[in-house]
Amino acid sequence: MKLLTHNLLSSHVRGVGPRGFPLRLQATEVRINPVEFNPDFVARMIPKVEWAALLEAADTLHLVEVPKGPIEGYEHDEKFLRQMHHVLLEVRTGPSLASLATAG
Amino acid sequence: MAFRSKRPEHGGPPELFYDKNEARKYVRNSRMIDVQTKMAGRALELLYLPEGQPCYLLDIGCGSGLSGDYLSDEGHYWVGLDISPAMLDAALDRDTEGDLLLGDMGQGIPFKPGSFDGCISISAIQWLCNANKKSDIPAKRLYCFFSSLYSVLVRGARAVLQLYPENSEQLELITTQATKAGFTGGVVVDFPNSAKAKKFYLCLFSGPSTFMPKALNENNEEEARESEFTSESEGRLLPPHRGSTRGSAPSTQRPVPLVLTLVSTDDTR
Repeated sequence: MKLLTHNLLSSHVRGVGPRGFPLRLQATEVRINPVEFNPDFVARMIPKVEWAALLEAADTLHLVEVPKGPIEGYEHDEKFLRQMHHVLLEVRTGPSLASLATAG
Repeated sequence: MAFRSKRPEHGGPPELFYDKNEARKYVRNSRMIDVQTKMAGRALELLYLPEGQPCYLLDIGCGSGLSGDYLSDEGHYWVGLDISPAMLDAALDRDTEGDLLLGDMGQGIPFKPGSFDGCISISAIQWLCNANKKSDIPAKRLYCFFSSLYSVLVRGARAVLQLYPENSEQLELITTQATKAGFTGGVVVDFPNSAKAKKFYLCLFSGPSTFMPKALNENNEEEARESEFTSESEGRLLPPHRGSTRGSAPSTQRPVPLVLTLVSTDDTR
């Protein structure tokens, strides 16, 4: 799944972290799927990102060039938006299908 | 709606009904694909998303990804949720763009608040109305679904849920829970006079809209008639309320604007 989706998922499975967030990732399978860059869309998603979870995921998956957080004036910073576009929408991770089955 | 054969929901839970054989139909049967795709198009139309802007959408009961593909073709990103492993396997085979999740919508949608710009659902939510396990209470599952859906939508976003209600009581059960969860909206009925073509779309709003949907535009009716799906359809308000006889509701020929009002069951109208 896209890292954007992983980041926005909150699991209520006990023991998965505070507020049940985030889902654990494994660096077993990482694919890059090129996606057309749309700066407005990326800019709109930035406020929703849970940065701690994103950075942890990026670390687990050995991703490089991942911004550490939103920067001043990010809406107009193409370099920042392109990096976030790549991380959130082009990096695909984990199984192609995730199960939401809760434990117990 | 004229169901000549038994309704699938009466035979057991969806994850068993939508097995490999059923899933194959959604991949091979061109008529089925055509119907599903048209409904996805109509649902997206009713979402009234701002033009030219890719959105992050939720597809409830995404199945084999037919509706999701339509969303991708329109430039949107989507996450699909379905309870049937066989249907999701078919979606994987078809290499859909969206992210697929295996889960039960009746247990809620586990996303952060304000994640999605909108939601569509094609032919799925009527499955919430049937208890397949002794512990299932349809009203509770419906409320759990609608309240979590409300939460994961951006404030002001819409959900358009095409469904096959078995009868007016079921439709009322559904709309009551949606209202309890905080939604406003109503039901649009396309082709109300055709037993075969009649389609119900539950259109829900989660708070005041942040962008002006076409439904509130006074030119809506004209624009609706020009678009492919609505040129022959007669969108009709179907406010659910107690005490009305609705076995075969009288249908009016005039199209009505798509401004909807959902009344709660406390309303005396």
